[in-house]
Parts: sequence; structure tokens; C-alpha cells
Amino acid sequence: MEMIYGFLESLPFSMFHYDFMKNAFLASILITPLFALLGTMAVNNKMAFFSDALGHSAFTGIGLGVLLGLNDPLFAMLAFGIFLGLVITRVKAANMVSSDTVISVFSSAALALGIVILSASGGFAKYSAYLIGDILTVGQKDLLVIAGVLLVAYVLWAVLYNPLLLVSVNRSLAASRGVRVLLVENIFVMMVAVAVMVSIRWVGILLINSLLILPAAAARNIAGGAGSYHWTATVFALISSLVGLTVSYIWNTSAGATMVLTAAVLFFLTYAIGRLRK
Amino acid sequence: MNTGIHNSCGLCRIDMQHITVTSGEDTLLEDVNLTFHCGELTALIGRNGAGKTTLLKALLGERQYKGRIHFTDHNGTEVPVPKIGYVPQQMDFDKSMPVTVSDFMAAAKGGYGVWLGKNRKRKQEIQHMLEEMDCGYLAHRRLGALSGGELQRVLLALATDPVPDLLVLDEPVSGVDLAGLDLFYKRVTELRDKQHMAVLLVSHDLGLIQKYADRVVLLDKTVVAQGEAETVFAAKEFRETFGFAPGEVAVWK
Repeated sequence: MEMIYGFLESLPFSMFHYDFMKNAFLASILITPLFALLGTMAVNNKMAFFSDALGHSAFTGIGLGVLLGLNDPLFAMLAFGIFLGLVITRVKAANMVSSDTVISVFSSAALALGIVILSASGGFAKYSAYLIGDILTVGQKDLLVIAGVLLVAYVLWAVLYNPLLLVSVNRSLAASRGVRVLLVENIFVMMVAVAVMVSIRWVGILLINSLLILPAAAARNIAGGAGSYHWTATVFALISSLVGLTVSYIWNTSAGATMVLTAAVLFFLTYAIGRLRK
Repeated sequence: MNTGIHNSCGLCRIDMQHITVTSGEDTLLEDVNLTFHCGELTALIGRNGAGKTTLLKALLGERQYKGRIHFTDHNGTEVPVPKIGYVPQQMDFDKSMPVTVSDFMAAAKGGYGVWLGKNRKRKQEIQHMLEEMDCGYLAHRRLGALSGGELQRVLLALATDPVPDLLVLDEPVSGVDLAGLDLFYKRVTELRDKQHMAVLLVSHDLGLIQKYADRVVLLDKTVVAQGEAETVFAAKEFRETFGFAPGEVAVWK
């Protein structure tokens, strides 16, 4: 850790004089590639709305944590996020109601339940920080957690990507080639839930979904194959986090929002490039 | 099980015995008894909702059923986990997905995630599979940019590698032009003869069935008629299902 700090301090940027900026920098270059990776598949499977619902459910997780008297609500958030993700997938598979309706119902219910619990247990104000998030409050221990999640995600992705791709092309075809469709889908949903819950304190409920969707959406505009799709999304995510953090330092704006805005600019640029190529 | 011989002749027989599938109150299939032989192209016909897709799903293990399905090789030994090649009916995936044909094929063949790249051996293997179906030139195209006929050939290339015990084609010709159709069926019959595999085809195209199928099964929740195309087309159950006399089938030829 000291080595990384030392390296960052040696760089000619005034923002690295502060430990919290170093931590924020490290956190953002860990979080954004994680979301870029998962985002490629979330966009392929048209799950933007689903991941948004997961973000909203963070409030209920925090609320449950408060009710259970936990110091750190992370475990309650993780548990509830995974639970909600699996339930939505299950209800969607039953095909009784259209999936955006299902997701909307769960999303609103989880958000409202969270707000009800939190406002009852002594003022909602101190939790409103979760709405926008603050990456400048990342500590060293948090960095280790995020790095661990990123590492596990990359390993899982090497194993899980092929079956997931088959499922998103055609479920029956995947099943005929021995893919356990439900298992694979559930693991992916759990991965998204974990990524969202681990990062939501730093990125914020309102913006977390943009981090998942925008880099992948921008990469899709110009990528030709699965490889370039992933690496372009990852590079875009890193660019957004670096530019966003620097700009937010200079102009004193919210770091998360500035990153998302940068990613949005990348999307419109690549959209124009994609259109011109056609 | 002698895998060497098994590969050369496919599986000798698939027996479906007393297959019943229900969904809530509805009975989708009732007491279906069918045998598919290897080296034979069996066509499954019937009106919409007759249970054709349900029958395929039961065969693919995607749908729970009552009854038994046996796969037996030419030695009479039962094959516990048969290899099934499947060409799906519809591919309603996101057409703008940045995935090339070779990405898709590599993903289907397994191994580490294709986003990490493909080594030369993997690429050559896929190129070879595609060339077998006369579509080697498609390897680097985007999957969503293929025409109906091109996609069918790619899917057939995939379904026949590794050589399956049973090849299942679910109405594989929607959105394919006539020349493409003929090419597709030529390849399928070639595979049937060379690899001696059992082929099950679900189709509405009676003309094509008459031309290529060895045996026709008319399904309406259960098997109502089966035999050679002429026999089934002449059956009274056929007339009841399709509402025209067998002579009129000639229109499709």
C-alpha cells in the first residue's frame, strides 16, 4: 500500500497530496472496470432496468442492517440485494407479467420499504448520503474489499462468460449444449448484486446503474467482437473514472456524477463515430 | 460403450415411451410413443399447439415429463447422456450485440471466456467447422448481421460438432430463401447418410417434407398418424388437421 501511495505522490498532480484523493483514485480504477465487465452482459441481456432496481434496493438493505443493529450494513445490503435479484429472476421466468412491470414493482417496493424503515428509526437525513455517494470517503480496508471483489469477478468471468453468452443468444441452444441455464443466470445476478452493494456507498444509489450501463453502451457503438467489446468498455470506464475524478477535484463537483457525465460524453462520441462508419 | 463405433454410426434408436407433459391443468402431450432410428430423417408435423415444441423440449431435457426416453446405441447399450445437436427455431437475440460468428462458436465449444481471446488452435477448429458447411467466410461477421440462411448454416455447423446422437431441427427454415433451403436440406441429408445420425425435423413445409423425410409423424397431443409421407398425407387424420386432400399437397412441391 505504501508503495502505491509513494508512487502516486511522485506524480506531478496536486490532488495526490491528499490521502483521501489517493484512495478515491484507487477505488475508482477498481470499481469502474468491475462494472464495465458486468455491464457488457447486462446491456446484451437488456438488464439496465433490473440493475437499477438492485441499486434502489440498497435502502432496504441498509434499513434491515439498522433494524438488526449491525454496525456495518454491508452484509444486510448484500443479503437483501442477492435475495431481490434472485426473486426478480424467478418471477420473470414465470412469465406471468411483463418483465419491466415485475422489476418496477420490486424496485419501488424495495425503495419505499427502505425509506420507511430508515425514516422510522430516527431521521432519514443521515442516510441520504447514500443517494449520491462519496468516493472521497473510501478507506484502505474498503479498497481491499473492492480489489477482492474485482479479482473474484475476473476469475468468474473467465469461466462464466461463454455459457452466459450462449444463454443470451438462445436458452434452448445453451441447454442442448449442457449449460445449466438457471444456475448460470443466477450466478450472474448475484455478481451484479455484490458489485452494486459493495460500491454503492462510494458511487450512490442514483448513479450506480449508469456506471454499469454507460461504458458498455459506449463500447457497443464501436466494438466488433466480444474481445474488443470488453476491452473498449474497460478502457472507457478507466477514462471516465480518471477524467471524472480530476475534473471533480478541480471544480469541486461530485466525483461520481462527474465520472458518469464523462462516460455519457464518451457514449455520444462513439455513437456519432458508429453512425459515420455505417 | 464403444465410442469409436458409436461416433461412426450415431445412435441406433431413440424410444419415447408413454410421454405425458402437463402444464397446470393443460395436457400438452398425452401418452406419446415414438421411435426415431439413426440414419433416418423423421419429420414431425401438426397444427399449432399440437405439442411439437413441447416434445422437442422433453427430448432436450428442458421440460419435465412422465414416461421414459431411452437412447440406445447400435450395440443395444443404453446411452445415459446422449449428445443432441439442436438448431433452434427462432433466434430473437439482440441483433446489435458485438459478438462475431467465431466468438459465438468458440463460446459454444466451451473453454475460457472468449473475451480473453482465442488461440490459433481454437480459431482453426472453428474455421474448419464453418467450412464444412460452406460458410467459412462468415467467421468474422457479426452474429446479428447474418441473413436467415447464413445463420442456419452456422447453427447447423455448431449442432453437428461434436457429432451428435440426435440432430434436432426446429422449423429451421423461417426467413431462408429457396436456394438456401435446398442447400440446408442437402447438407442435412448428407449428414444423415455419412454420419448415420438420427434427425428429427419440425416443419410446416409439406413439400420439403415429402422430398426429404424418411418418415412423417403427425402429432396432435399424441401420435395420430405415422409412416411414410404418402401414407400420412393420405390419412384421414391428416385431412382433419390440415383441411385439404392429399392430392393438393403437390402444390408445395
